[in-house]
Amino acid sequence: MRYMLMMHAPHATGEYQHAVWAPGEFEAHMAFMHRLNRALTDAGEMVGVEALAAPVEAKIVRAGKHGVPAVTDGPFAEAKEFLAGYWIVEVEKAERAYEIAATASSATGPGGVPLNMAIEVRRVMAIRPPDV
Amino acid sequence: MTPKSTTNESVGPLLRELAPQVLGALARRHADFAAAEDAVQEALLAAALQWPEDGVPEQPRGWLFRVASRRLTDHVRSESARRRREDEAAMSVRDEEVEVERDDALVLVFMCCHPALTPPSAIALTLRAVGGLTTAEIAKAFLVPEATMAQRISRAKQSIKASGVRFGLPSDLERAERLGAVLHVLYLIFNEGYASSIGSDLQRTDLSNEAIRLTRALHELLPRDAEVAGLLALMLLTDARREARTGAHGELIPLDEQNRKLWDKRLIAEGTELVSATLARGSVGAYQLQAAIAAVHDEAKRAMDTDWQQIFALYGVLKRVSDSPAVTLSHAIAAAMVHGPRVGLELLKPLDTDPRMAGHYRLDAVRAHLYEMAGAHARAVSHYLAASERTESVPERNYLITKAARLGPNKG
Repeated sequence: MRYMLMMHAPHATGEYQHAVWAPGEFEAHMAFMHRLNRALTDAGEMVGVEALAAPVEAKIVRAGKHGVPAVTDGPFAEAKEFLAGYWIVEVEKAERAYEIAATASSATGPGGVPLNMAIEVRRVMAIRPPDV
Repeated sequence: MTPKSTTNESVGPLLRELAPQVLGALARRHADFAAAEDAVQEALLAAALQWPEDGVPEQPRGWLFRVASRRLTDHVRSESARRRREDEAAMSVRDEEVEVERDDALVLVFMCCHPALTPPSAIALTLRAVGGLTTAEIAKAFLVPEATMAQRISRAKQSIKASGVRFGLPSDLERAERLGAVLHVLYLIFNEGYASSIGSDLQRTDLSNEAIRLTRALHELLPRDAEVAGLLALMLLTDARREARTGAHGELIPLDEQNRKLWDKRLIAEGTELVSATLARGSVGAYQLQAAIAAVHDEAKRAMDTDWQQIFALYGVLKRVSDSPAVTLSHAIAAAMVHGPRVGLELLKPLDTDPRMAGHYRLDAVRAHLYEMAGAHARAVSHYLAASERTESVPERNYLITKAARLGPNKG
């Protein structure tokens, strides 16, 4: 089964505020993520992983008149969290996806303390008919 | 040498055929199966690069064996040495000198489908070591990165090493169980391909063909094993309907709405003959029974001509041979077709408390179908929608939602 693990970083302490982190803290955070990614590949579970650019660049687009894209700044400024990145993993059971999500959530932040980020776990559907 | 016009497409099947022979011969000589398997894979890659350009060597099996042996013993392998073209010495082994033993391929299948392996690992290793596919091809077929697939294969080989299994056939004592594991892996490979014969995933259908090829080879090695024949028949009879199973946009077409002219008559004939022959010998196994059921479906010219009486009886036997929630679901559908939807719904009741079925959408899907048959549309709609929220398949979700919409309050 495939799951998408979406990492929601809080606006206040998310990794994109790493400028305010102490020296080495961001490196430790990234090293944690690299170890996690390596482990997922080694376990044969990794399908994909992407980090998203900072939300400051994000736009919200809707269909405008005559096919012209209507673009506004986004996401919503009042949102407490933003999508920082995601993994797609292939696992035998949902419990394993939760385990991976918990590990990702424990990535360290300032002071080496786990950030405890919220990871949304969603099943990925297959563009294929069901098994026979 | 054959002419230079030899293309990749014509080299592929030859390599896949030779792969298990060369690996078998090499693994018998060298104790390290994992290393032998890597060496053969490297030899196959070298051949895939060189043969289309230089032509197929006169002694292709000998060529592969020689190259793989050298890779295996080549302790100092610099990158440049790795990339250099195989020299003429590589052709000094004649095909006959590669001791291919009839049982080698069988031993390989048993090893790769060892119960100590997880299904994904066993599938990947079987396709590579027995099927002669490259890691990249397998990764592409399963839509995962190559590094992920490489790790699955390497973990599979570690499990084999850790299990202490030797290069040899399983003892008579464990043979039945081990063969069961082999058939299950082949069935999973088939299903993976059959379930994905749409759109951009077209190349994935190769997995069904690969599973059929491997099962055919196994059937040749074990011609008197009824379940091997049964599985091969089941694959052929199911594969026969592949073209009719999905519409132009990948939408699911249920059996009773399929254009039966699209069914492959040659496959149906072969599958029917196979399963009839084994059943005639008085043998009954789960794969044979499923093949027999598929044959009954396939021989009906129109959906309304389907001999549900016989299908109902066959599911009854299957339930005794191998009871599973999936069998109960199909049994209930057949019962509904013969004795009416109420009887079918009654047969579904035990599944409500079956932990193997807990939360599974198929129970809702079948219930919806039977309520629809019974004219209880509101109930049917709620079960169709419940099922649509739990299926993993987009085409199936769309199908279930469409069914609900056709019966729902807003139906046109």
